[in-house]
Amino acid sequence: MLAAWTLCRRDVVRFMRQRSRIIGVLGTPLIFWALIGSGFNYMGYLFPGTLIQILLFASIFSTISIIQDRQQGFLQGVLVAPVSRASIVLGKVLGGTAIAMTQGTIFLLLGPLVKVPFSATGWAAALGIMALVGFGLTALGVLLAWRFDSVQGFHAIMNLFLIPLWLLSGAVFPPDKAAPWVKIVMIANPLTYGVDALRRVLGGPALPLPLAASLGIAAAFSVAMFILATAFARRR
Amino acid sequence: MSVDVDGLTHRYGERVALDGVSFSVRSGEVFALVGPNGGGKTTLFKILSTALTPSSGTARVAGIDVRDDAVRRRIGVVFQAPSLDGKLTVGENLLHHGHLYGLSGAGLRQRIGEELARFGLTDRTGARVEKLSGGLQRRVELAKSLLHRPEVLLLDEPSTGLDPGARRDLWDALRGLKGVTVLLTTHLLEEAERCDRLAILHKGKVVAIGEPMTLRGEIGGDVVTVRSRDARQLADAIREKLGEQAEVVDGTVRLSRDRGHEFVGRLVEAFPQWIESVTVAKPSLEDVFMSKTREVWS
Repeated sequence: MLAAWTLCRRDVVRFMRQRSRIIGVLGTPLIFWALIGSGFNYMGYLFPGTLIQILLFASIFSTISIIQDRQQGFLQGVLVAPVSRASIVLGKVLGGTAIAMTQGTIFLLLGPLVKVPFSATGWAAALGIMALVGFGLTALGVLLAWRFDSVQGFHAIMNLFLIPLWLLSGAVFPPDKAAPWVKIVMIANPLTYGVDALRRVLGGPALPLPLAASLGIAAAFSVAMFILATAFARRR
Repeated sequence: MSVDVDGLTHRYGERVALDGVSFSVRSGEVFALVGPNGGGKTTLFKILSTALTPSSGTARVAGIDVRDDAVRRRIGVVFQAPSLDGKLTVGENLLHHGHLYGLSGAGLRQRIGEELARFGLTDRTGARVEKLSGGLQRRVELAKSLLHRPEVLLLDEPSTGLDPGARRDLWDALRGLKGVTVLLTTHLLEEAERCDRLAILHKGKVVAIGEPMTLRGEIGGDVVTVRSRDARQLADAIREKLGEQAEVVDGTVRLSRDRGHEFVGRLVEAFPQWIESVTVAKPSLEDVFMSKTREVWS
């Protein structure tokens, strides 16, 4: 646990020392939100989706750091240390989640501007769901980044896979208004349920299934990603 | 024995990188693995440092098989590429390393203080690593690798990128370690010369092992090196007229034989107009290296 904690702390310290990353991760979703949201006049609907996008971007950026750690040599020192691969992945995922949460929380505070109602329980629940989704997305990032040796390659995966994952999660438009094949993809997309849970606790429209079901699927996704990432990292 | 390698073989697909390598490193020794690039020393280093699992054979470090994760606590590793985080300070890097090795609290702080003092880094504790020179970074790396008191220190090409002053510092530090076995890889023969013993790895095999002096003695005789306007033509002529095994190495003619000083007279008399300079010397490690790696080819 000490190992996971120290790896997590390192990522957070590094993040605080690289101010440009804060702007990069928070800036892009803010511009998306402002332009698309006001263009279609639905900034309120897009609010939880943007929150998820911030989590996605933050976790992508922190997992890109795995590739950099590998290139620069830092990772080799960690890999020969007497630490289990599960602790390494856990440290990396917790660090990414902590960074994602910091930025997500800043954005959450903008909610009342677009009439997202404030409620203590709602927001506390939102923070919990953000942590859950952030954990899953960071674990997914670790899983993808582990085998890559260039940041360029990872960018391709990000555009071909991660951005569509977000677009088809109900973050931008609800499934019931989509074309049938898109709707099928959206229902199959585990991120859809994280978005749904977050939208509900922030007072938005819900998918026709119980909140517990959405939460359960989101949690199952996070656990599955963590197990897969650890299994991937175990191979010497 | 601090390092015991027996019949170690490693394949990357079809390519055999290590082919039945066996050798031992005694406790407290400074031992070098020497060899041309692609000779297998990096693969061997990766196996000993637990970064790679060997295809077959055994390797034990500090008495523990390298396939057993328990070995990790007993070894310190200095990779060729620095494994420091440039955005963190010297102290933070060491703290992080200590945590990974299960150290914490006041005990860890004390160890960090001791290692930084040993390498003259105490006043750099709060400096960001990325702001330090290459030589200082290498010292931080050494301090870090010794923090958990390993029994065996493994270093991959440790003097790469260091200027001569920093290289000397590094060697003073390595020779000054007490009670730690040091195994390093290098392609610099003058560096191997400073070690207690060395092994030459070529095409995945150990082709020579021993003390630098002993290995040089094995070749015997003297090495005569001749500078000439046309080294190739001179070498051919020496082989033809004097019947000596002359070879062209780095643009000079080189041959080894007993009583080199007597041969020089004959040489100069035979080819007065061809010779710019002649030196007679005892075999260097480079000569050992050339002769050992050649035997395997022919």
